[in-house]
Amino acid sequence: MDTINEDQVLDCTGLLCPMPIVKTKKAMNELQSGQILKMIATDAGSPPDIAAWSRQTGNELLLSTEEGGKFIFFLKKA
Amino acid sequence: MSKSDPNAPKRLALIASKGTLDWAYPPFILASAAGAMGWEVGIFFTFYGLTLLKPELSAAVSPLGNPAMPMKMPFGSEGFQNINWPMPNLLMANVPGFEAMATGLMKQTFKNKGVASIEELRNACLDLDVRLIGCQMTMDVFGFKREDFIKECEIGGAATFLEYAADADVQLFI
Repeated sequence: MDTINEDQVLDCTGLLCPMPIVKTKKAMNELQSGQILKMIATDAGSPPDIAAWSRQTGNELLLSTEEGGKFIFFLKKA
Repeated sequence: MSKSDPNAPKRLALIASKGTLDWAYPPFILASAAGAMGWEVGIFFTFYGLTLLKPELSAAVSPLGNPAMPMKMPFGSEGFQNINWPMPNLLMANVPGFEAMATGLMKQTFKNKGVASIEELRNACLDLDVRLIGCQMTMDVFGFKREDFIKECEIGGAATFLEYAADADVQLFI
């Protein structure tokens, strides 16, 4: 797997819906177009929610994966 | 007029009609989630929902007449926390302070699980420019004044909400 280099990391460990997407939106506001946010969450609802958030906002979900009980997302700002 | 512009963002129009802690969550969760997705969002607070616009939120929950509500203990072992405590109506109706206790238990359980408080969710909505509209008629009926509510909200009536909702993609009554 190619390594993705993120520009910013957002840790949403321990937070439940809707805070992971609320914080993701806030973090994305700080990025420039083309920059990448790595988001880490433990909310089991976050994989479908982040995918939906990505479709709705047009920010591309480059990778959605799970590692050691944590969900990890790489999102590219549109 | 979002519909006349094909590039306009999606719009969510909510009515929040209940002011208890359990019913305060759905409108603020949906509104903040939609706002985070770049949607336009407006919530019309009417009847008992209007108190959710007060500066100090005091939403409580009553297990009385809420028979499917699980009562959970926010402390002790995981097995203990997962027990659903049956609460007889007689106990709920007659024991002073029962509602305060149930409210405290729910708030602590939610906090332990990582659910944001109503205050946090309302602040998230304000950050996301969610329109909060208080119902004028309810204010008159219950004797509230404009200054009883947060300064960020606006006041309007049924026509204000309907005009907004007419151009919404999703409308929900909560």
